[in-house]
Amino acid sequence: MGTVAVHGLCKSFGKVQALDGVTLDVPDGSFFVVLGPSGAGKTTTLRAIAGLEQLDAGSVHLDGRDATGDSPAERDLAMVFQSYALYPRLTAYENIASPLRARRCSSSEIAAAVERMSALLHIERLLQRRPAQMSGGEMQRVALARALVRRPRAFLMDEPLTNLDLKLRVEMRTELTRIHRSLGGTFVHVTNDQVEALSMADQVAVLKEGKVQQVGTPTEVYERPANQWVAGFVGSPPISLLPCHAEGDRLVGAEGWTLPRPRWTTAEDGRPLMLGLRAEDLSIEQRGDASLPGELYGLEPLGDRTVVDVRVGTEILKVKARPTVTGTPGERLLVSVDLDRAHLFDAGTGLALPEAGR
Amino acid sequence: MAVSVDEAASTDPVRDHTPPARRLRGRGRGRSVLEVALLTVLAVVMLFPVLWMIETSIKENRDVYAVPAKFFDFKVTMGHFKDVFVAPGGGRSALSVAFLNSVVVAGVSTALATVLGVPAAWAYSRFAVKAKKDQLFFILSTRFMPPVVVVIPIFLMYRQVGLIDTKLGLILIYAAFNVPFTIWMMKGFVDEVPAEYEDAAMLDGYTRLQAFRRFTLPLLLPGIAATAVFALIFSWNEFVFAIFLTSSDSVRTAPPAIAGLIGGTTVDWGLVAAASVVFALPVLVFAYLVRKHLVAGVTLGAVRR
Repeated sequence: MGTVAVHGLCKSFGKVQALDGVTLDVPDGSFFVVLGPSGAGKTTTLRAIAGLEQLDAGSVHLDGRDATGDSPAERDLAMVFQSYALYPRLTAYENIASPLRARRCSSSEIAAAVERMSALLHIERLLQRRPAQMSGGEMQRVALARALVRRPRAFLMDEPLTNLDLKLRVEMRTELTRIHRSLGGTFVHVTNDQVEALSMADQVAVLKEGKVQQVGTPTEVYERPANQWVAGFVGSPPISLLPCHAEGDRLVGAEGWTLPRPRWTTAEDGRPLMLGLRAEDLSIEQRGDASLPGELYGLEPLGDRTVVDVRVGTEILKVKARPTVTGTPGERLLVSVDLDRAHLFDAGTGLALPEAGR
Repeated sequence: MAVSVDEAASTDPVRDHTPPARRLRGRGRGRSVLEVALLTVLAVVMLFPVLWMIETSIKENRDVYAVPAKFFDFKVTMGHFKDVFVAPGGGRSALSVAFLNSVVVAGVSTALATVLGVPAAWAYSRFAVKAKKDQLFFILSTRFMPPVVVVIPIFLMYRQVGLIDTKLGLILIYAAFNVPFTIWMMKGFVDEVPAEYEDAAMLDGYTRLQAFRRFTLPLLLPGIAATAVFALIFSWNEFVFAIFLTSSDSVRTAPPAIAGLIGGTTVDWGLVAAASVVFALPVLVFAYLVRKHLVAGVTLGAVRR
């Protein structure tokens, strides 16, 4: 059992409003990812759940019970810190055993639990070492073991993968998903890496400047971004945004181009809009009649694909293409657009237009 | 950062100091000869009084008063040291009582300042305290005035409450002087220990105070040792309060007791020197024991790493 619900969290540090009414519902047993750029309030949210932060307003409910005033120990949670926060004077074994020692488990229980965890995380040979004698990846595993050694209400993870090199990070992503599946339990995982969020999460909450922008499954967040900012933050290469407005059955760009108006738009004529186009919904091969004229600006070969930068007016479109594509900058070309997968945002509020009938 | 204060303190300052030293050595021989010469002169000037004190303490009285002074050719005696501890008619001398008083006063006041100052420093470092900077400035400001400025009001207050001529009175005033110092010094050390160790410990199931005691305090021990030695040296050496606030031989600490030997018609310089040697030794020993941490204590917190 372990549901975590926070409601209307507010917290400011001096003049900086770190949390501005954050409300989240983490279902029991889910892998819940809080995604956002640095300074968005992710860590503060997590620390508020853990009881490490004095809140200005808001409440924290654990398993449906109000835990707002409880001490961290009373909340029965486990946390992995971004810096790992392993006790420097203790060995890995003693570090992992610490949560059990604090709760007065017998030494035979502790030995069994530490052994189980070290087998799960493949750290048996590290047990007698101190943190100073471990690499970053090893410390990360020990920190994870210290969190997982108990069965708390929920596991809180504060960017545990951020300090690892890319290869290890990808490995640990798979590993964490595996652990979540084998152990069960509720995970609240904070990250600024959208790939991490999309690949691991059951549910993603996107945070910006202390406000929740959108909560949904990874697919929902990617396919139906609630606003222009989420669309821009989630996805790599980033979504291309073109200012435009509707005119009859056409979309007219600020740069002079026109496209057929998507059937599902409800925007009235003349209202300033932003057209959001993802790289994979664009093509430099001709297909259909919806296309934008532009000129080749540059090529970014990425091995499995090449991202073609196409200049349309003053904007740069990122277009996904086959790795074999060639061309010279300045060359004129047409970019086909899959309008059924395009996104339209109100240019003023940044909110996605309602997608009637899509 | 997973470095303990211990390691950080012991290695960093040493490393920081090597480059300038190397630079000086690299500038040719003429420079280093001049350096050695200047340092020698400085060392002789600084150390001569110490040397003279040690010599006088082991000279026979006849040699002490010899004119011209005898540097090498004198008779060695341990009589003055015996006089420091043993009264002329047998039994304990007044000086030995003073030394004992000094040990008690310096020790207890340092312990008191440490017990009060370390948790306060931790609180100032870890918690959001209202007007923290103003409070810390206020605490420091109690050290702005030299003792001699406040000794009269304190004398009057002590007379009212009956603390005149008591060891407790000296202990309290020395602790009051050392608490601000301890808070400021220890805050630097606590700041160096990541707060996340305590956060992690609280999530493990410990209370805030248990987290401090079990995980942060051990990392602070080198800093506490350095701070306590400074406080101890202050209390041990303190003269102004001691001479104003105490008068009887049974309460008086060593500095006014030694000073009391000078004056009158004849001065037993041999005894003064021997008492001074005995008085200087504990400070030297303590400073030597914690010299590594003294350097660290002085530089830590001053340098942002």
